[in-house]
Amino acid sequence: MTSGFGEGRSTRVQPTSDRLRSPTNLFSSLLGRFDRVGCVFGAMAAIALVLQPFVTYRPNRIASGKSVSFLAALPQTTGLVGGAIICTAILVAFSRTPILWRAIAAFAALAVLIGLIGLVPLHLVPPSNTFARVSPSSGFWLLILAFALLAADTLAKLKPGPWVRLLALAGVAAASALILCSGWLRGISILKEYASHADTFWTEATKHVELAVGSLAGAVIVGVPLGIACARLPHLRAITLPVLNVIQTIPSIAMYGLMMVPLGLLAARLPLLSELGIRGIGTAPAAIALFLYSLLPVVANTVIGLDQVSPQTSEAARGMGMSGGQRLLKVELPLATPIILTGIRIVLVQNIGLVTVAALIGGGGLGSFVFQGIGQSATDLVLLGTVPIIALAFVAAVLLDAAVDLTRGAAP
Amino acid sequence: MRILGYMARAGGLLLLAALVFMPRWFEPLLRPLTENGAPAIYNQGSLLDLTLAHLGLVAVASIASAILALTLGIFVTRPSGAEFLPLSRTIVNIGQVFPPVAVLAIAVPLVGFGTTPTLIALILYGLLPIFENTITGLREVNPTVIEAARGMGLSARQRFMDVELPLALPVILAGLRLSIVINMGTATIGSTVAAKGLGEVIIAGLQSSNTAFILQGGLIVALLAVLIYDAFGLLERAVARRAGTVDA
Repeated sequence: MTSGFGEGRSTRVQPTSDRLRSPTNLFSSLLGRFDRVGCVFGAMAAIALVLQPFVTYRPNRIASGKSVSFLAALPQTTGLVGGAIICTAILVAFSRTPILWRAIAAFAALAVLIGLIGLVPLHLVPPSNTFARVSPSSGFWLLILAFALLAADTLAKLKPGPWVRLLALAGVAAASALILCSGWLRGISILKEYASHADTFWTEATKHVELAVGSLAGAVIVGVPLGIACARLPHLRAITLPVLNVIQTIPSIAMYGLMMVPLGLLAARLPLLSELGIRGIGTAPAAIALFLYSLLPVVANTVIGLDQVSPQTSEAARGMGMSGGQRLLKVELPLATPIILTGIRIVLVQNIGLVTVAALIGGGGLGSFVFQGIGQSATDLVLLGTVPIIALAFVAAVLLDAAVDLTRGAAP
Repeated sequence: MRILGYMARAGGLLLLAALVFMPRWFEPLLRPLTENGAPAIYNQGSLLDLTLAHLGLVAVASIASAILALTLGIFVTRPSGAEFLPLSRTIVNIGQVFPPVAVLAIAVPLVGFGTTPTLIALILYGLLPIFENTITGLREVNPTVIEAARGMGLSARQRFMDVELPLALPVILAGLRLSIVINMGTATIGSTVAAKGLGEVIIAGLQSSNTAFILQGGLIVALLAVLIYDAFGLLERAVARRAGTVDA
């Protein structure tokens, strides 16, 4: 990083004798064959493979674990073959190779890793032992991360269009569903945890999505008209946006807590409300808090979207004899749609994360597994909540990014 | 309008000071929220200690994130690090999809309960906005300005320190502000993994269904976050005025 600061110039002047220069040249020509970005992934994967434990073995669900290395976790031949494939992928990452090779190496390594992790419980745990837990450890997660980043990096270089990205998302989703349904990974501790929570998992997951999407829908219904009004009335904008900004800065637990107090008092006074499910604890305070958080991105992006419609365009629409309402619906809002959708993307990803915290006030959702798991020091239960939350947020981001690109392409 | 803003700030600051230093004053107000003679004022520790611990955690994490993110951000915007720019964009985009609670929850099994996982989650998550804004700020510096500085005979180091960095500073500060606000919230959730902080008051209230604790803790955390956010906003505007990127 020094060469940018001007010290690089001095190193270029320094080697005066040939004897000094030749090793530098050798080094730089060797460096030329390496892909510098790939070296980061490669080094990360190599360290993970050699120095980090591949899985953790625990005699029961909450006992402390024993680290098991890559080769010890697998039958000898399988381990050697799998290790060889992963090492090849690491070498491909290190060197300057065509983009297609890198993509194949990344996806092959990911597939091999998932295949291998499914074999570990069969190797480590005798079939009669139902208490023992095998969970992926830092080595496995780092390898997955390294190759997923390599895959993301190569895919990003290809600059795929929105339809290709949606197709890729569908492909990844279908592959994940297939792997999970096949039962290949059923020996892994997160899925054992799923098996014992299967009945509540789907209700909590549905509730999670309902809360995130429902409060977003409320925010769009209120926020878009409010944004249109703010774009028209500078006085309203000068008050609304700072207030919504302040609301965004309030930490989520505090916000949920502050919502509980008035709702609890209301429910105590009006029994009808509590019969409707509006109480100090539960879904109602969570939904209101999420709605308030969602307003700023929706309102602000509606205002920005309408602001950037060029006055000439509006003037032309007026010249064609359009009324104010027609101009708004047929010209200005369609032109602002990509920016409004960007706001909706921010809200949805943010909400999926914030719903997690709602579990603390009895709002349910996948966060209930996270906090139960933290309470019981059961790592697997924490992951049973966390992994789907991250997957949901990721899917929401990819879907809405594609929607933004599609509307941008459609806009005249 | 401006007077109203100053009055709101002063009011918020006074209320916060009273809540932290003189919690007893609020007993008559909070008493009706409790049931069965439960205490109305948080009694499991000093609110001042918790506030300081909370602020300390956020400060340490934010300084660490800022140093890391600035170094990385400067590196990828220099010619020697340009190769890493697309990758760092990808990482920032993916990172933003992770909710801070998830980072916190994942850190617990790796490093155990207490302040350490919270600090790790705070530092990792706080990196993203600062890193992103450092890149944006440095890349948005007008190339003709840098060219002019080169023409004046400034070395690469001088160009960076005297021209690029000051011009990018308001945007970098905006990233730092966002990072601090997110960290305030994550540190509050950190109390669920036994990190010392103001979240304890709210969690204690939730566990014993004591609405008075919840209100007390919620108000302190909310006021603290809003006031810090506002103070950084003022700082940012002052810096932007100095850099000449906005009209005074």
